[in-house]
Amino acid sequence: MQAHQRMLDPTPKGQNSGESPLLRTIGLTKRYGDLLANDSIDIDIWPREIHALLGENGAGKSTLVKAIYGLIQPSAGQIRWQGQRIVLSGPSEARSRGIGMVFQHFSLFDNLTVAENVALGLDGQESFKDMSARLEQVSRTYGLPLDPKREVWQLSVGERQRIEIVRALMQDPKFLILDEPTAVLTPQEADQLFIVLERLKAEGRAILYISHKLEEVKRLCDTATILRGGRKVETCNPRLDTAASLARMMVGGEVKEVKAVSGRKTTVPRLVVNDLSLAPSEAHGVRLDHISFELKGGEILGIAGVAGNGQDELFAALSGERLAKDPGTVVIEGIAAGHLSITQRRKLGAAFVPEERLGHGTAPRMKLSENALLTGHAASGMVRRGFIDTAATLKTVDRATETFDVRKAKRDPEAASLSGGNLQKFIVGREILRNPAVLVASQPTWGVDAGAAAVIRQALLDLATAGAAVLVTSQDLDELAEIADRIAVMFHGKLSAPLATSEATREKLGLLMGGSSLEPKEVAHAAGA
Amino acid sequence: MQLVLEKRAERSGTIALVSPLIAIGLTILTMVILFAILGKNPLLALHAYFIAPLTDGYSLQEIAVKATPLVMIAIGLSLCYLANAWNIGAEGQFLIGAVAGSWIAVKTQGTDAGAWVLPAMLVLAAAAGALYALIPAICKVKFGASEILTSLMLVYVADLFLDYLVRGPWRDPHGFNFPTTAEFDPVATVPLLIEGGRLHLGSIIALLVVAAAAILLGRTIKGFEIRVVGAAPRAARFGGFNANQLIILTFAVSGALAGLAGIIEVAGPIGHLQPGISPGYGFTAIIVAFLGRLNPFGILIAGLFLALTFIGGEQAQIAMKIPLDVTKVFQGILLFYVLACDSLILYRFKLVFPNRQVTRGAG
Repeated sequence: MQAHQRMLDPTPKGQNSGESPLLRTIGLTKRYGDLLANDSIDIDIWPREIHALLGENGAGKSTLVKAIYGLIQPSAGQIRWQGQRIVLSGPSEARSRGIGMVFQHFSLFDNLTVAENVALGLDGQESFKDMSARLEQVSRTYGLPLDPKREVWQLSVGERQRIEIVRALMQDPKFLILDEPTAVLTPQEADQLFIVLERLKAEGRAILYISHKLEEVKRLCDTATILRGGRKVETCNPRLDTAASLARMMVGGEVKEVKAVSGRKTTVPRLVVNDLSLAPSEAHGVRLDHISFELKGGEILGIAGVAGNGQDELFAALSGERLAKDPGTVVIEGIAAGHLSITQRRKLGAAFVPEERLGHGTAPRMKLSENALLTGHAASGMVRRGFIDTAATLKTVDRATETFDVRKAKRDPEAASLSGGNLQKFIVGREILRNPAVLVASQPTWGVDAGAAAVIRQALLDLATAGAAVLVTSQDLDELAEIADRIAVMFHGKLSAPLATSEATREKLGLLMGGSSLEPKEVAHAAGA
Repeated sequence: MQLVLEKRAERSGTIALVSPLIAIGLTILTMVILFAILGKNPLLALHAYFIAPLTDGYSLQEIAVKATPLVMIAIGLSLCYLANAWNIGAEGQFLIGAVAGSWIAVKTQGTDAGAWVLPAMLVLAAAAGALYALIPAICKVKFGASEILTSLMLVYVADLFLDYLVRGPWRDPHGFNFPTTAEFDPVATVPLLIEGGRLHLGSIIALLVVAAAAILLGRTIKGFEIRVVGAAPRAARFGGFNANQLIILTFAVSGALAGLAGIIEVAGPIGHLQPGISPGYGFTAIIVAFLGRLNPFGILIAGLFLALTFIGGEQAQIAMKIPLDVTKVFQGILLFYVLACDSLILYRFKLVFPNRQVTRGAG
């Protein structure tokens, strides 16, 4: 390891000494049909540098790193590695040259052990035993503790990410790409990751860090390249810029502030969950464990937590996609609904926004009017004696388009042809236009652009102001801080007692997200607020 | 230069209409090559297949008669396929419908039973076809058994059951030991539309079925449920639609339509129950359903086209000694091309030029 360090890092800081960059792209362009995903991008990555790649969804970040990692071939432009032009035949060539990547979505086999998963991802000829020993050594060296013999399904998301990072480090890369690594981590886990990244940097390696969390980038990164609409906007030092100016460069304008009406009145409980327990429906699923909460009209309850801690299962139990044996476990508008179907719950005044836009919230290859009918058929006058009132479904599309600024090529396109943000605005709009008493939304702004996210958050606030009870599950703590009145945390299928948002610091939420409990008196205090 | 398939942003409406025509074109091209290999004049063979049957009234009627069961069965199958339920056993449901309906005809044979006989036969045949189709549907819903296998296997059960009946209990005592029932009484026979012709009331029923399916799929919430369950199962559950219920429903409807087609065929053009009452209508209807893009009017046109190949095949055999099995080859190749061409609805071909030419001047 030390020998490598010397070879990698002959001078303390490459940039100042006039040494050439480790990797550079010159005019890198990728075209998909009519879409220019990357438009002539120049980027220089120096050794001993953590370089942020900033941009909204669809800005071209993923396309750029896929080209650098050899997953796609650029349509034009070139990649230079250590001063020489390279054409990568695929990821394995990238790895052999010293480029590693940790993806946002892990590619691990749940039923295999840590060591087996790492072995499957390595190209070398090493014996399994040697590899396991090296795995333990690398994980110890970098403070990334892993038990090679445990099966992946038993591990937390943070531990799974460690496998991916260790797997990448075992190839001893000179350059490591990380795609939104903190999206799935608690604040404390993120802090630990940053220590590891600082250390890798000190060893002379370069890191390309993809993110849209600006505070994080300001804290960690030496350089930031900002992409917007497939083009490079700027390369700058993020520590010298304010978060607001970075956001402006990402979005290309001012981001609309979300306005909360202060002092919303809460009314009667509209959604009550009493001691809800539910066995997982599939292997390695999460068991819902004695979940109870009460949500009044006019109130927004946020549920934080690392993905995969039972949020999906809770959504299915609340929506009625999975039924509970005891009707009293879910009470909507004062009526025991645990045994009722999703259609019956909608008739009681509930509305739902699932996390997956395409395939769950909408049928991708059906028109928007048909997707309006999908959730509106029960209680919106779209169906008369079994016959569809097409005019009524089109009217819902028009109203959602107008109220929530849904941008689309024609009046009634297929759902799949809309951008993520516009489709999500349509889905949220479709539900809100039904004037629901209770709205349950799962990750409502996941992967949508800042403009659409602001519209959606404002819509949720306005709905609560109008008297509805709103439940929002989100991994984005900033989002919950912005809109929720109270925040509870899910961990291993259990829901913590809700904290008032003013008391829910990142540290407290982080502890709960990691499975620790708060001091007893603090919880009691918060619950009373 | 490289040829790649590229995903379209939105489904192409034009290609959806043109793709069956491309498939037919490619099929005919392949057949020309096949005829040439068989040593037959391709042009004459094509004329016998596709032109000759359209030139005389008798053949035109015969095309409608053959299209009747194809269209009725294919409409039912299209409902299944839209709902992602794979009923491959329409042939068996067709035979069971024929058997159940014939039971009334056989039992009332020679009695002075009145005009109720034929309607009763139609109702019983539809019910029997539906019940027979429910076997694989229920096995699928309750036990997760693959409906493709179970529905297909039940075809052979139905086939042998019919065989047993006409060779055993229902055999016509005056039939010189041929495996057939006696000719049905007039009250047990589907009336002809043209005196002395071949066209019968069944063709009208088939047209009504097409219209009903068009209304069901285009205008009603039930039709919408069927389409969503097939197109996006998770979204359908989110919409509150029960996929299992729809498997049961679509299998029952398609079984009923196949059973109805079976009794109409037996009580119509054939006139008695015998083995071999179907030249594979239940299987050919699968091709009809896909060639018709699972759309009721498309199926009507596709049914007439496939009927044309049956008639044309017979003519080609008589005129040019081309084996009748070539018709089946034709139908198989057609299905192959139809499914292949469907990928063009969501994808398009594109020529891609290598990097060098495009990058000139960029570096």
